[in-house]
Amino acid sequence: MSLRIVVCVKYVPDATGDRHFAEDLTVDRDDVDGLLSELDEYAVEQALQIADEADDAEITVLTVGPEDAKDALRKALSMGAHKAVHVEDDDLHGTDALGTSLVLAKALEHVGYDLVISGMASTDGGMGVVPAMLAERLGVPQVTLLSEVAVADGKVTGRRDGDAASEQLEASLPAVVSVTDQSGEARYPSFKGIMAAKKKPVESLDLTDLGLEAEEVGLEGAWTKVDEATERPARTAGTVVKDEGEGGKQLAGFLAGQKFI
Amino acid sequence: MAEVLVYVDHADGAVRKPTLELLTLARRIGEPVAVHLGAGADAAAQTLGEYGAVKVLTADASEFSDYLIAPKVDALEAAYKAVSPVAVLVPSSAEGKEIAARLAVRIGSGIITDAVDLEAGAEGPVATQSVFAASYSTKSRVTKGTPVITVKPNSAAPEAAAAAGTVEQLAVSFGEKSTGTKVVSRTPRESTGRPELTEAAIVVSGGRGVNGAENFSLIEGLADSLGAAVGASRAAVDAGWYPHTNQVGQTGKSVSPQLYIAAGISGAIQHRAGMQTSKTIVAINKDAEAPIFDLVDYGVVGDLFEVVPQLTEEVKSRKG
Ligand SMILES: Cc1cc2nc3c(=O)[nH]c(=O)nc-3n(C[C@H](O)[C@H](O)[C@H](O)COP(=O)(O)OP(=O)(O)OC[C@H]3O[C@@H](n4cnc5c(N)ncnc54)[C@H](O)[C@@H]3O)c2cc1C
Ligand SMILES: Nc1ncnc2c1ncn2[C@@H]1O[C@H](COP(=O)(O)O)[C@@H](O)[C@H]1O
Repeated sequence: MSLRIVVCVKYVPDATGDRHFAEDLTVDRDDVDGLLSELDEYAVEQALQIADEADDAEITVLTVGPEDAKDALRKALSMGAHKAVHVEDDDLHGTDALGTSLVLAKALEHVGYDLVISGMASTDGGMGVVPAMLAERLGVPQVTLLSEVAVADGKVTGRRDGDAASEQLEASLPAVVSVTDQSGEARYPSFKGIMAAKKKPVESLDLTDLGLEAEEVGLEGAWTKVDEATERPARTAGTVVKDEGEGGKQLAGFLAGQKFI
Repeated sequence: MAEVLVYVDHADGAVRKPTLELLTLARRIGEPVAVHLGAGADAAAQTLGEYGAVKVLTADASEFSDYLIAPKVDALEAAYKAVSPVAVLVPSSAEGKEIAARLAVRIGSGIITDAVDLEAGAEGPVATQSVFAASYSTKSRVTKGTPVITVKPNSAAPEAAAAAGTVEQLAVSFGEKSTGTKVVSRTPRESTGRPELTEAAIVVSGGRGVNGAENFSLIEGLADSLGAAVGASRAAVDAGWYPHTNQVGQTGKSVSPQLYIAAGISGAIQHRAGMQTSKTIVAINKDAEAPIFDLVDYGVVGDLFEVVPQLTEEVKSRKG
């Protein structure tokens, strides 16, 4: 039996661009270039490494997002994933983390999985909650925030580096895993990979395919509401001095003036 | 009066400061009821009571340490059912966010993460968040179910307010699915004796400019003279000069101290995401064009190997 790996990837606005809110206070995804969330590249990379170790594995990349999110899927396919699933529906606009996890869970059940791999957090919303929500919804073990991961004999093992301790974890498949940016650099797509990706299948699904109602998702279905978004005033320009031999002392003077010393 | 559940972060009963901040914020919304899991309930209850907990619900079971996350969700859910609170507050640690996320799914409630402030509102608690690397500030609320809100460290000054802090046992039964992820072994982190990075009033961070693990003693020296925690940029961490637990930024810790000192750090957006809400920001960098200078209250353009030792000496002599 082949090992079915599904990697959840998100298409996000470029963090180095100027990110804004749209009029309805959702993240403005129109005026900024989007890309595959860099933190999800680590998830794709670990999937590829696990698949290399397994006798027979198939990697599906899954995204919930607008039309342009296909770019994220293409990138993952060019890295080496086998096929892609895109959940796309106008009614998804404004969906929050709870809604996203609901759609992802339905899509995972639809696709079939032994191992779900996510990034540690999306680089836009950055809540870092979707993997835990997926484990809860799917009723499978949560093996998250791993900086090292391996799969063998129907089990997933890994190391979770927490604040108080480093833990070695183990769970039986099926399971939901998330990996951190400490898990190992993601590979660059090769030219061959980029060409091959163009021919790989991308399945599109909408809410009806997943048996979901419009009211369960989107801005209307959201469980939270942003009432206000204000741009933080730019920090008032501070004093910058050039060190002419007394820079450390001058800085100490500033700190003393602010009562830090 | 309406009750607010507060999930307690502690080490064997020693309550961590962010929990005291949560109790302080909880009192703006209702009466805090603390949920304490694991050992040390009596010691914890003393502190929790001092900071306003009317009740401390406690449970101790090996499941909490033998399995990841889910057993704690079972316990928090049991507390939720016992109390019917108007909100559930959880510290915004990696673990806290995962516990909160699963609880939200289970009880069918909306969730807000990484709040930096909280106030009572006509339609329930209003949370302030800092988003897009702190370039925006938002106010949000939960519109379905009981608000589950995780709050970042240093979001409020803990205020003492004596309350009963009565300890009550919480009955918890663990679901079969809650023991799926075994913690096979655990290696506790060694204490450095310095303040916790996320809780510290002052943070001194070093970046690529520090140029070597051995040179981090300069950063540590300055930190120790100020009683500060030590942070590092990802470049310094990736180079193996300082542990990942000390990384500040998008994929490290998010800090919000009174004073943040960056030495040899350029100020990339991912680094700024983790420190931009610091009250006062100071930078030492030899490149006058480094983006970090856009953020500073005070900056020194210079070689950190000259400026940092001089600053450390001056701090020490001023402190006497
Ligand atoms: C998905 C993602 C997540 C990331 N997460 C994080 C994160 O959590 N935290 C983080 O920090 N970064 C993160 N990064 C990396 C980030 O983009 C930068 O690469 C990193 O912050 C750079 O670290 P630095 O400022 O130390 O190094 P550099 O950018 O190389 O800057 C070094 C600075 O030191 C100065 N310098 C050199 N020598 C001296 C000297 N002798 N005296 C004074 N100044 C000197 C230089 O002028 C320069 O400005 C992330 C990146 C990505 C893509
Ligand atoms: N819309 C989405 N489509 C697919 N995967 C997602 C989506 N949103 C979040 N994820 C996954 O969940 C992880 C954590 O996201 P978050 O909880 O939003 O920080 C990401 O790294 C992705 O792996």
